[in-house]
Amino acid sequence: MKYIDEYRNREMVRTLSEQLHTISRDRPIRLMEVCGTHTMSIFRHGIRNMLPKWLQLVSGPGCPVCVTPTGVIDAFVNLAKRPGVTITTFGDMIRVPGKNGSLADAGARGADVRIVYSPMDALTLAAKEPEQMVVFLSVGFETTTPTIAATILEAERQGVDNFFIFPANKIMPPPLAMLMQDQDLQIDGLLCPGHVSIISGADSFRFLVDNYNLACAVAGFEPTDILTAILSLVNQVQSGKPVVDNCYNRAVTGRGNEKARAVVEEIFTPTDAEWRGLGVIPASGLALKDGYASFDITRELDLRPEPSIEPKGCRCGEILKGLCQPRQCPLFGKRCTPGNPVGPCMVSSEGTCAAWHRYGALEEQS
Amino acid sequence: MNTHVTLDHGSGGLAGQQLVSSLFLKYLRDPVLRQLEDAAVLPQQDGRIALTTDSYVVDPIFFPGGNIGELAVNGTINDLAMQGAKPLAISLGCILEEGFPLADLERIIQSVAGACDYAGVPVVTGDTKVVPRGKADKIFINTSGIGIIGEGIEISAGRVKEGDIILLSGTLADHGITILTNREGLQVGGNLQSDTRPLHFLVRKILETAPAEIHTMRDPTRGGLGTTLSEIARGTNLCLAIDEEKIPMRPAVRAACELMGLDPLYLANEGKCMVIADQKRADEVLRAMRSIKEGSKSRIIGRVTKKYPGRVVLTTAAGGTRLVEPLTGEPLPRIC
Repeated sequence: MKYIDEYRNREMVRTLSEQLHTISRDRPIRLMEVCGTHTMSIFRHGIRNMLPKWLQLVSGPGCPVCVTPTGVIDAFVNLAKRPGVTITTFGDMIRVPGKNGSLADAGARGADVRIVYSPMDALTLAAKEPEQMVVFLSVGFETTTPTIAATILEAERQGVDNFFIFPANKIMPPPLAMLMQDQDLQIDGLLCPGHVSIISGADSFRFLVDNYNLACAVAGFEPTDILTAILSLVNQVQSGKPVVDNCYNRAVTGRGNEKARAVVEEIFTPTDAEWRGLGVIPASGLALKDGYASFDITRELDLRPEPSIEPKGCRCGEILKGLCQPRQCPLFGKRCTPGNPVGPCMVSSEGTCAAWHRYGALEEQS
Repeated sequence: MNTHVTLDHGSGGLAGQQLVSSLFLKYLRDPVLRQLEDAAVLPQQDGRIALTTDSYVVDPIFFPGGNIGELAVNGTINDLAMQGAKPLAISLGCILEEGFPLADLERIIQSVAGACDYAGVPVVTGDTKVVPRGKADKIFINTSGIGIIGEGIEISAGRVKEGDIILLSGTLADHGITILTNREGLQVGGNLQSDTRPLHFLVRKILETAPAEIHTMRDPTRGGLGTTLSEIARGTNLCLAIDEEKIPMRPAVRAACELMGLDPLYLANEGKCMVIADQKRADEVLRAMRSIKEGSKSRIIGRVTKKYPGRVVLTTAAGGTRLVEPLTGEPLPRIC
């Protein structure tokens, strides 16, 4: 398949892996991949087994479903139970359990919960069913937010007044800055998220180089993309000269998609936000600007997220910070499985625990 | 004349009899069925008897490459074939929702008859029920089948041993991706089609070639090849090692899976057979499989080892290795 096969080429992959293996190191190098799609791709293609022993990959908080705090999940579920409300959401969210069950549980008991593939589908539904309050659960990072912003503009243009969002969007730079200051983590380099970079641009990671001396490489999602970026990070660490290396230049530019960012800036404004596992991070979330407040269901119905309570024993919080690996969680593979998840990292198709459970970690088997 | 199924059609009275004679028997012409006795009586047979049953609730009921009718016939024939049985006859139970268009029912029964004729396996007994609107979704079909297992044929996962070769009879995931894209109303190019077809001709050829060396066979339907292989690995405590590059896939199916973020190893197949054979005869088995139409794209996809007991290990297209776990939870499309 064109545009895929050439980036999965076995010879190419072997060459890259061999280049890494020629390097010998006493001190380990720790790299963080911060995008859930990277995590999944690394497992799916078996990349972990191609890396030298001194190279450690840790997964960061890059799965939007996983970082949504339990208090917000509970608010979603409570909202779903209200008569006259139709919840629309991306698929992964419906199975995340909250204090009173998941959206899927609420749906099974009669709540109107529907999976959509785009917020535009939710708007279409709202126009078709004007007597319902159709709420889109607005979760996602820089990649997803522009389409949500565009949907709100479209709802305004069409005058659809029963379409709402539950704003829970987040942006990547603040948690990254926080993690890089964490003494327990000791990250040497960052595999910068490819999809986010398409919107925000490779230059948006420069502050990590300038402020934290962190090696950065923007990576695509195929094996050669990921290995090329890893090799770049290792070389940066070896030479002690970190930069932002754009290894995904077939999709990412330095400045990103300014048009998409302008739409987001028109609708949203930064606000403090709670991240599962990381706590409240200043200016890391997005709220609707006052001019668009009428689309905000939390203001319309005066909803407030409840305090977040982590399920007992669940270590998703530490996993999201890269402090703990899934197999170190007492629930992993026992009480918590993809079929019966306790924490969000097991639910989402981009969650770290789901990746470990589905694709396993062969190094631990041998 | 009614144009839709009514509750009357299921009441056991005249309307029901008319439905059977004017629609079902119009296409299903086996003499044993036409006697309309309470049970079909079949001639005496030599050999062990295989019996299987399966219910079909596929949505949508009509899909590119087939419909629920032929799926129900082929699925049950394949369950028999995977045990090494020669399918003899099947039953057909239909649960219809009130208001279901008779034209759609006719299309489905016509397709049942077509699949039976092609396979040479008749419907010999049947039943029809009607439930009120909303109590079922259009049409559900149950088929049961009986078959005869010949002398010397012993198909069982328990016979799989180290060194055995794993073969697959053709392209992966065609049925699953076709149903998923149709259900979601997604427009994906490349003419996706279900692979529903009977596999007993293929199996007959395989067993004629190497009756004693075929250790197990499965048709990877729900849960896909990944789940099927995992079951065997767990059951035998052996390691099944497969190579992603060797698994045949249609380019359109691969593209659709990439687009939707789905792993083809977990998508359903309705016309593919996975065979584990003794390595001594594996090449002959492969040639035999390729010699007939439904196996023309057969390939050796892996072998049985002892490296990771109870596990399925995949060498990825990129040359890495990873585990293949059984499917748990629905494969949900990705969020971003």
